[in-house]
Amino acid sequence: MTELTPLLALGELFPRGILPYAIGGLLVGLGASIIYLSTGIIAGASTFLESTLSYVSDVDRFNRFKYVQSRDWRLVFTAGIVSGAAIWGLVLNPGIWTTEVQWWRLLGGGFLVGVGTRLGKGCTSGHGVCGVGSLSNTSLVNVATFMAFAIGTAQLVMALGVNP
Amino acid sequence: MSTAERSPLFLPAIYLGGIVFGLGLAISGMARPEVVLDFLQFQDFGLLFVMGGAAVVTGVTFFVATTFLDRAPITGDEYKRRVKSFDRNVVIGGSIFGVGWGLSGICPGAAYASFGVGNYPILWAIGGMFLGAYAQGYWRSMRSADSAEQGADHASSQD
Repeated sequence: MTELTPLLALGELFPRGILPYAIGGLLVGLGASIIYLSTGIIAGASTFLESTLSYVSDVDRFNRFKYVQSRDWRLVFTAGIVSGAAIWGLVLNPGIWTTEVQWWRLLGGGFLVGVGTRLGKGCTSGHGVCGVGSLSNTSLVNVATFMAFAIGTAQLVMALGVNP
Repeated sequence: MSTAERSPLFLPAIYLGGIVFGLGLAISGMARPEVVLDFLQFQDFGLLFVMGGAAVVTGVTFFVATTFLDRAPITGDEYKRRVKSFDRNVVIGGSIFGVGWGLSGICPGAAYASFGVGNYPILWAIGGMFLGAYAQGYWRSMRSADSAEQGADHASSQD
């Protein structure tokens, strides 16, 4: 009985198990590593938002040299992410799945994500994976900040009874 | 590096890396807002293994490349770490991003992957992200144009 208790507790912490999370995480790191080792580029996913806007907007901010110069490979990187996920969704684990989270949460949350990642110089992949992997203090502070605010917001939303 | 001197392997390497990256996001469940929200609401801590596992892999890669390797074969660029300068925007931006992530359960890379698995309602979030990125870029461009005018008047300006 005393030996079972920790296992039971682990099961409650990880109701979906650990394996898909760990495998997925290793592949995310591997994907970033493939790009880094072959090209020296540290790829984050959110710069794509601004660099792609340079195609359609003449606002100065989006037409800075580093965005215009990188916008084509950032499109290719994003196309790769969509394709890799499609391999999973169509071939390895077929069957369409759609989120139940309400549209206004996706739109409003997405808007704040768009503002916040660009103002804060990175997102979950740039700061969270590559920046933490670089042991960058800037990234560690950013990750600690967004984690704290995300947990607070999600708990508040749940407490207000918004579901999904 | 200019487009003209790019190796023909450059874009294929980026695409391949993106595919593995997106496959990982799909398998991990991060492409599902519900999984992210369960993590943030302390109902499933599996996401720690996604970000942790990914950061360990990139950490080892960065360490090996910057310590033992010379230059990236495709571009000839030097291997560097991701170290960005710190200022208050890192904290302000992180806070705004955190509220958005906690509200929607979706972040940029995971949103692209979510679209890839066929979750079309995620286009609301991707549209929101573009609007948000546009709003901050527009605002910052206007502000820097203002401060450039003031700078001409006062001869001193900051950032």
